Order: sequence, then structure tokens, then C-alpha cells
Amino acid sequence: MSIIVEQVTRRFTEKGTPAVADVSFQAPAGAITSLLGPSGAGKSTLLRLVAGLEVPDAGRIHIDGVDCTSMPVQQRGVGVVFQSYALFRHMTVRENVAFGLEVRGTPRAETAARVDEMLRLVQLEDLGSRFPGQLSGGQRQRVAFARALAIRPRVLLLDEPFGALDTRVREELREWLHDLHTRTGLTTLLVTHDQQEALEISQHVVVMSEGRVAQAGSPEDVYSRPASPFVASFIGGASVLRGQVRSGRVAMGSLSVDVPAAAREGESVQAFVRPHDIKLVKSPVGAVNGHAATGRVERFKPVGGYVKVLLRLPTGDEVTVEVPRSEFDALGVAEGDAVRADVRSATVFLGDYAI
Amino acid sequence: MAVSSRRRVLPGFRLSLGFSWFYLGLLVLLPLSGLFLRTFTLTWAQFWETVTSARALAAYQLTFGASLAAALANVVFGLLVAWVLVRYRFPGRDLVEALVDLPFALPTAVAGLTLTTLFSANGWYGRHLEALGLKVAYTSLGVAVALTFIGLPFVVRTVQPVLEDIDVDVEEAAATLGATPWQTFARVLFPGILPALLSGFTLAFARALGEYGSVVFISGNMPLRTEIVPLLIITKLEQYDYAGATAIAVVMLTASFLLLLAVNLLHRWSHRRLEARSGH
Repeated sequence: MSIIVEQVTRRFTEKGTPAVADVSFQAPAGAITSLLGPSGAGKSTLLRLVAGLEVPDAGRIHIDGVDCTSMPVQQRGVGVVFQSYALFRHMTVRENVAFGLEVRGTPRAETAARVDEMLRLVQLEDLGSRFPGQLSGGQRQRVAFARALAIRPRVLLLDEPFGALDTRVREELREWLHDLHTRTGLTTLLVTHDQQEALEISQHVVVMSEGRVAQAGSPEDVYSRPASPFVASFIGGASVLRGQVRSGRVAMGSLSVDVPAAAREGESVQAFVRPHDIKLVKSPVGAVNGHAATGRVERFKPVGGYVKVLLRLPTGDEVTVEVPRSEFDALGVAEGDAVRADVRSATVFLGDYAI
Repeated sequence: MAVSSRRRVLPGFRLSLGFSWFYLGLLVLLPLSGLFLRTFTLTWAQFWETVTSARALAAYQLTFGASLAAALANVVFGLLVAWVLVRYRFPGRDLVEALVDLPFALPTAVAGLTLTTLFSANGWYGRHLEALGLKVAYTSLGVAVALTFIGLPFVVRTVQPVLEDIDVDVEEAAATLGATPWQTFARVLFPGILPALLSGFTLAFARALGEYGSVVFISGNMPLRTEIVPLLIITKLEQYDYAGATAIAVVMLTASFLLLLAVNLLHRWSHRRLEARSGH
């Protein structure tokens, strides 16, 4: 039940950049694959192409080994969940869930049994006779899931399914979706701009940027081994430090890091440092070499369990550091204090790249 | 509708309600009561004879029949026009928008004259229809055509905003669930626009019942055959038969009121069903 997308292009205007440009990727059978990217990256268009709501200008789409590039949406057997829920508001929850079965002429008794089963699956057994307008956002989205799953789709396509919900409900539903997927084992394609969501519940992540695939791989791959400056900066909220290669290392003020073997002397490089890959040490004196730099605390802000510290390096670069709250309290620094920043790891790319 | 104890942003419920009653009373109720009073100058037998004469009965039949046919035609084609205007962007769309409202603005006599010219035996349309054996001008069909013309904007303008509100996502969801375009329309879209469609129908129907100007030209005004009720009333007035005219007017008024009331109740029922469902 895998989804294979081959060199698919979709353009909405004659000129200009295509919404989806020559994209190829595979969503492995039985896994959740996330299409992750900023808005306008073409991920929703790609999902709609797989669903059959859009027709590609070039390329092929295979679902479950069948080429369905030109198959009408009705016959694709895809379950789609939209961000806006797209429930039929004049129908009850039961009628909504039964809709897909009724339009294909499923016998009444069978439909009723399937609807019961689906409502149990999404834990809405008691709300079958309610109308969508009488439900909370999270409940509505669960109805949308039940409706999409009722038709026994070959694949499940989710277009920012939790985008319209508040953070707490989002996190609950994320857990719920994880459970649901474990139980159904359906091949799932999830469009999201929320990296947390993508890294947490998917087994495979396709990072998109400007209509193209920036990187595809496991969540660990795209997080720890970003393939491009875009991926490095988009995932994990890294700070960028710029410098030049000097005798096999790159010095950025007092900080210096290893550089890729291909680097030439004098070439400019960028180092992406994640907020939690820096350790702050109170005393600026002592050994200030290797992976450490002195900086000044510009300002700090406690955010839940950690404290976000904005550090200004002597080079003028700003670095965001996340320090666990207890550690920060032990550190006892105030705004304007000088601190030492030990960089645990950084991802280095050659060349200049504007984000 | 009910007096709400909740504090409103805009004050003045009592004042505005009082004024509404006064205004409606002055403008609608008072003249209508005069109408009813006038008919009391007739004896019951005279009244009954006037309102059940063969000529009057034929006129009621034509007026209600043609109005109903025209309103139904407008429901079908008005929905189509509204759909096209909402769903598609095409060159000349603004022109179509303006054309839809034209029957509102055009003096009805002008519309009547134009339609008569077009549909008469040697008119642009009439010539070809005549060849097919179809007479429009000076027949009850002509009356229905005129009433359709003047009723068109009502359905388009009531349905249009409702169609604009419908999310395309909902249709796409139906399609992914396997619904054919027809099933999507009949089961997903239509229930949502039904209340608006009923409103449009009511307005077009009411407008047609009272229409006079455009019909008198195209109908030929033959008693028992193509004479509408408003014309019959005018004819009686011209013969100084004021009591007879008001008697027929009273029947017309009562029948129209009951019909509109019935449609409004139907509308409220269908709307309520939808409201209950959307939980407002």
C-alpha cells in the first residue's frame, strides 16, 4: 500500500515557479510519512495530487503499485482529512460517517455496523446523533477521521489535520493519531508545517521547500544530518554563525569548529548551532579555545521548562541558547553578564546561504 | 425575536419595535383595512356573486397558475445563474451581474412592451416560435413569460450569498468519499441552499402575483382567457364599480397572504432544521 510519486510537476500559472516541481518520493507501506515545510512549499498541492483533487502536469503517481495518475478521485480509495474538517453540517455525525458507504450502495445493515465500529474507533459512540455544529473542534476532526476511514481507504491523506486546533488538543490528537495508526496500520501521508508534529509521529519525513524535496529520510536523519542549510535552519531553530576557513578550521571570533574536508582556505562557511547544543558557563576566564566562545547575555526569557537566552558574540552574531530552568538558576547570570558558550555540536555548510 | 434580557451593543429595542409597528400599521395595515371596510358596502350575496363569477375565477386561475409556473422556472434557472456567477470567473461576468438586476430597475411597462414586440407573431422570437406552432404573445404562456422576467433577480440574489458561503472543501470531501457530482449536489449542496431557494421562490411568487405593468401588454387581456386579477380590478375601477373591485382585491389579498404565510412557515421549518443542525 505504498505511495510512489515520480517526477511530479504541477503549475497553476503558465509562467512563474510551479507549485510542485519535479518531485519524487516514496511513502513506505504501513508508515506515517510527513510532508514538512513552510507554507507555500507545495506540500498541500502534493497531497491533493495524490488524492486526485489536482491533476499533475507531468509525472506519475502510484498507490499500492497501481498507476492512478489519471484515475478520478472517486475511484482512488483514499481517505482525506482536511484542516477545515469539511464535515456535512446538515447531517448528523452518524450520517456523516455513513455518507461514503451510502453513496457506493453498501447494504444498510453493513453500513450501520461499520459506522458503529468507526465511532468506537474514534471514541464518539455517544455523539452519533449530534450535528457537527454541536461538537468541539477536536471532536469534529475525529468525526472527519471516522468518515475517511469508514470507506476502508487504501491510504490515509491528512492535510494539516490539527492546524485549526489549540495546542493542548493538538497534542492530545497527535497521541491519538499515533494510537490510531498503530491499530489500523494504514499507509498515511501527513502534511504539516509543525516540525514537532512531523518528528514525533512519523517514521519518514519529506522536507519540502519551494515546490521541491529538500531532504527525505527518517526524523533522526533530517534533524541530526540536515542535507542543506535550508533543512538545518528550518528544523530545530538553529542560529547561524558565519566565518572563513583558516588552516583547516573555521574561526568565528574566539569560537572555532571543524570544517568539511572539501573546504578551501579562505572560503566562507556557515555553522548552524541548535539552541540546546550550547552549554553556558559562568566564568568567561579560563581556556577560551576550541569549541567555546565568550559572549554577553543580551536578554533572557523563561519559557516553560527552559530559559531562552539571547547571547551576543564579540563578532556581533546573535545566538539563541536554551538552558533547562534548573541549570539556568544554578548559573545565576543577569542581563549584560559575560558568559562562556561551549558549542557541543554544529552543522557546517560551505558557501553563503541566505535564509 | 423574543425580548432578550441580554445587553445589546445597540440600544433601542422598545423604540425601534414601536416604530416598526407604527410604520407597518400606517403603510400596510391601514390601507388594507380600508379595503376590507369598503367591501362591507356589498351584501354577502353580492360579494359572493362578484368573487365567484366565471370571469373572476378564470382570472384567479391564470394569476396564481402563471405566477407559480414563473416562480418555479426562476427557481431552476435562477439557481443556475447564481451558480455560474459564484463558481466561475469568466469575461463579461460583471455584465451578467448587472443584467440580473435589470428587471428590478426597468419600468415594468417597458418590459411588457419589449416582450410583446419580441414574442408577437412577427417579432424576433415570435416569428420562429409561431413556425413551431407555439404562440406566446396574447396567451397565458405570454403571461408566464412576463412574470418569469420580472421574478428572475429574486432567486439569483437570495441564493448567491448562500452559495458563496459553501466551502469547496466540503465538495472535495464528498468526492474523495466516492460521491458522484450528482450525489454531491443532491446530498451535500442542495440541503444547504434549500432555505435560500425557498426564500427566493417566495419573493418571485409574491412579486408575480401583484404584477400588472408588464403583463397587460403581452396578455392581450381577453376576459376568461388572458385576464389577470390586477387587470380585472382596474377594469372594475374604471367602470366605477369600486365595491366590486375591492371585493376581488380582498379575495386576492387573503389568498396571497395565506400562500405567503404557508411558504414562510415551510421556509422557517427547513431553515430551523438546518439551524438546529449547525447548532446556532
